[in-house]
Amino acid sequence: MSTTTTDPVVAASHGHLPQVTEPRNPGLPLDMNWVRSVQANTSAIERRAGTIGTRRSVKKAHQAAWLLRAITCIDLTTLSGDDTARRVQRLCAKAKQPVAPAILDALGMAPITTGAVCVYHDMIPAAVEALQGTDIPIAAVSTGFPAGLSPFELRLREIEMSVEAGATEIDIVISRRHVLMGNWQALYDEMAAMRAACGDAHVKAILATGELGTLRNVARASLVCMMAGADFIKTSTGKESVNATLPVSLVMIRAIRDFYDRTGLRVGYKPAGGISKAKDAVTYLALMKEELGDRWTRPDLFRFGASSLLTDIERQLEHYVTGSYSAAYRHAVG
Amino acid sequence: MTIPEIFETMEYGAAPESAAEALAWLVDQGDRFGHFIDGAFTTPSDGFEAKNPANGNVLASLSQATQNDVDAAVKAARRAQPKWEKLGGPGRARYIYALARLLQKHARLFAVLEVMDNGKPIREARDIDVPLAQRHFYYHAGMAQLMDSELPDAQAIGVCGQIIPWNFPLLMLAWKVAPALAMGNTVVLKPAEYTSLTALLFADICLQAGLPKGVVNIVTGDGAVGEMIVAHDDIDKIAFTGSTDVGRRIRAATAGSGKALTLELGGKSPYIVFDDADLDSAVEGLVDAIWFNQGQVCCAGSRLLVHEPVADLFYAKLRTRMGKLRLGDPLDKSIDVGTLVDPVQLQSVSEMINANPAGERFVADVDVPEAGCFYPPTLITGLHPADTLMQEEIFGPVLVSTTFRTPEEAVQLANNTRYGLAATVWSENVNLALDIAPKLRTGIVWINGTNLMDAAAGFGGVRESGFGREGGWEGLAAYTRPKGTRRPLKEIAAFEGDGAPQDTVDRTAKLYIAGKQARPDGGYSRGVYSKNGALLGHASLANRKDLRNAVEAAHAAKGWSATTGHLRAQILYFIAENLVVRHAEFADRLNNLTGSRSGAKEVDAAVQRLFTYAAWADKYDGQVHGVPIRGVALAMKEPVGVIGAICPDEAPLLGLVSCMAPAIAMGNRVILAASEPFPLAATDFVQVLETSDVPAGVVNILTGAHADLAEPMARHLDVDAVWSFGAAAHSAVIEKAAAGNLKRTWVNHGMARDWMTSDGEGRAFLEAATEVKNIWVPYGE
Repeated sequence: MSTTTTDPVVAASHGHLPQVTEPRNPGLPLDMNWVRSVQANTSAIERRAGTIGTRRSVKKAHQAAWLLRAITCIDLTTLSGDDTARRVQRLCAKAKQPVAPAILDALGMAPITTGAVCVYHDMIPAAVEALQGTDIPIAAVSTGFPAGLSPFELRLREIEMSVEAGATEIDIVISRRHVLMGNWQALYDEMAAMRAACGDAHVKAILATGELGTLRNVARASLVCMMAGADFIKTSTGKESVNATLPVSLVMIRAIRDFYDRTGLRVGYKPAGGISKAKDAVTYLALMKEELGDRWTRPDLFRFGASSLLTDIERQLEHYVTGSYSAAYRHAVG
Repeated sequence: MTIPEIFETMEYGAAPESAAEALAWLVDQGDRFGHFIDGAFTTPSDGFEAKNPANGNVLASLSQATQNDVDAAVKAARRAQPKWEKLGGPGRARYIYALARLLQKHARLFAVLEVMDNGKPIREARDIDVPLAQRHFYYHAGMAQLMDSELPDAQAIGVCGQIIPWNFPLLMLAWKVAPALAMGNTVVLKPAEYTSLTALLFADICLQAGLPKGVVNIVTGDGAVGEMIVAHDDIDKIAFTGSTDVGRRIRAATAGSGKALTLELGGKSPYIVFDDADLDSAVEGLVDAIWFNQGQVCCAGSRLLVHEPVADLFYAKLRTRMGKLRLGDPLDKSIDVGTLVDPVQLQSVSEMINANPAGERFVADVDVPEAGCFYPPTLITGLHPADTLMQEEIFGPVLVSTTFRTPEEAVQLANNTRYGLAATVWSENVNLALDIAPKLRTGIVWINGTNLMDAAAGFGGVRESGFGREGGWEGLAAYTRPKGTRRPLKEIAAFEGDGAPQDTVDRTAKLYIAGKQARPDGGYSRGVYSKNGALLGHASLANRKDLRNAVEAAHAAKGWSATTGHLRAQILYFIAENLVVRHAEFADRLNNLTGSRSGAKEVDAAVQRLFTYAAWADKYDGQVHGVPIRGVALAMKEPVGVIGAICPDEAPLLGLVSCMAPAIAMGNRVILAASEPFPLAATDFVQVLETSDVPAGVVNILTGAHADLAEPMARHLDVDAVWSFGAAAHSAVIEKAAAGNLKRTWVNHGMARDWMTSDGEGRAFLEAATEVKNIWVPYGE
């Protein structure tokens, strides 16, 4: 296997997709008429979600290219109680070079990186150090993650501290009780305050959809968070018993589409948790392409929150290159 | 394209399913096919070519069946039938199970061959057509197993001629063959000329299943072969799926032949979207409704009715969605819309659309391949019921639309059609959806879903969408008949005489229309005499105008259909009560009319019959079918509507009651043509009705010559069904005239029924008095 001599700094900027400048979502006043009009028919949504993967089939070179795109959309994540600085550095090394250079060469691809790394607040300095000289963003989960039940002031302060520490993306968790109690004003206010605390950092609102009870609640919470200025909406912390699913994704991206249709503002989408197979990644990209359009398949508007997905993608890429099914141990751990 | 390029564009690329195995199978068969008769393929003869509509390539050459071929197929089926039936349900179940398994084992071969022959996308053939076909064989293997215990009074009809369309070649074969075989029939099946290949592959798996020879016979050819089957003397039943025009011709051609008939015809099914619907899901539903199989679906949701508050938003979402549909090579796994079946169909669709001057036409902004029979997904909004495209079936990927203001108007627009196959309702309000569903004049209603189908739920329509159901328990009626044999009916002439009037004061027996006694329009009456020639009275001679008035009255009484079974039972009991009070008088009247001494027994039986149907009025329950979704398919028993009946001559009171009681118990309104020779029991009975709280127009009674009433009754386009228990000649007349609006008919073909026994009542009558509507309600929050 040959190694590439490409400088990682160049690789990061070179391999990344050209960043299209989207205006950030400044939010708008809470529109309860809109929120209340939202419907979500579970059976019909499940039927549509169930046929995304059977209506579209992406094969051979196209599959390889799509999987490379998927890698650039991964928020490579470690969110464990036993994370250490060195553990995070290992993750960052993988983010910088997610695919073995030999495989990229064989595919004719310039180097790529993952979309971001995603860590706890305390791990931000380690990530900043490890990613120096790259433009890989650091995302931090910063609001009493995963339950989001620490004092509100502390949650806001945590966001500010994370931004100060170098995080450019903040994944916040919403208070599920606001949704479950139908207190949309409280949800809106919480989201708006967190958005303000983020300053220039982009904010991803984690809805913890597995704890919202119904798809209608998911749709309404999605809208309220966008009205309050979320740059991204995200399914899950990865810690709920049910995380990202296709039906939930369909509901959230349809909310994004409605929001765009009414405001012209593009909000991003991040499914997180439970996406571990290359085939799933292709299905999600097809879902984005079909329901929202190609624009939403780029990392500024789409991310996977995933830890083990990358390994499976690497195996599929190697299979494409060699024609032989691959093994996990052949690919560097992150 | 290089990988870095695709990385940028994120295009899908081609994902073709291989045609190699299907082509190899065709080569193995010599690329030429004969018919499948008596367990073997015949030597190929002159005929026609099977072509791939996506590229015009010839797939195989097929034989055009001659009369000799059809005769040989029918003969083989006839010879095989008694043994197949005698094999018993469990014995047949083994074979049908084997067919299901073999369909599964060769699933991909069937799917690919279907795509090449028909042009539908491989996803649909693979994920819908073939699995549903398997499901029908599995389900009916079970029905064969259960037949002896669950349908002890049923037996096979005999040899079934089955003619199927080109839109779902294998699936329609399964819908026809599986229940027929399960119930002990043998079949002669003709696939559509455009799409015969999967039927021939099915013949191949019949051999692999070791199916006894002659049980399944398949002949290929054009409409002329269909006509030979329809006209064949030794076929007992015709089952047809196809166009309403051909269905009408088959109805007329089989009239009076005694052949059983089921027809599954066209549609212009409404797709209703209320303002509280999940609009994105309703848009997606339309993809499954009208762009499924290129819109070449009899139950396609082709007529979009949108609630005005959301119409503009909904249309905008729909147009966006249409732009995401992918047209192209049907064998490509990422294709949503394939090709129409044949250049002829493409031309027919194009001409219909080009001839339409109304509304706004929106054509999906998608790439359309230049070669092949492709037609782009199209939406025409701003149409009105008066526009041709809102009424005529297009049978292509073209959706037409108008808007409505209220639920009532939605129902009115939905029902403003000659067809009545299916309807779709989108609303998150369970009260609204379940209120609308029974009001839609269709055989199927899908709530918050569309084109949901399963072997366990009956499929079929009302009005000019045909009659009969396929699937479910209700579908078995199409392939069974009651055990036992009937004797020919003895025709009865009225007594003649010149004796003196029996009544001391003259009584005028009138017609009973709209709750009133009415003089006949024509102004003629005839004398009714006793056996010994005494004048018993005069009976009015009703004509077609009296019939028309009765039908108007019956329609005005539509509220009866919305009453509860409990209320209808109370009224039937009340009729019985009032009849009992006048027992002696009716017994005498009957004895005088018929010259027999059985009057008292007949009155007793009539009272019993009223009690029987009073009992049934709130007990002839529907079913909840076990369909494979999270949800229910409610098989609701609904009244047919307005039923005309030629009542039996031989039982002047009991026969009348035997027609009236089941019909009104189930919520129908009736026009009864009383016993022709002995009409005065019926006119006396009017007085019983008048004292029994029967609402005006629910029961209308005409007297006169059956021959004068049978044809206008059957031709009347606002009569939903006609029964005849009269003289043999009326059966053919009624069946032929019924072709007009394809109303249901139930006629005796001149065979007798014993009205005094259980033969004169029960489930057969209840079945004839009801339609099964399957309402699919997926649920989940």
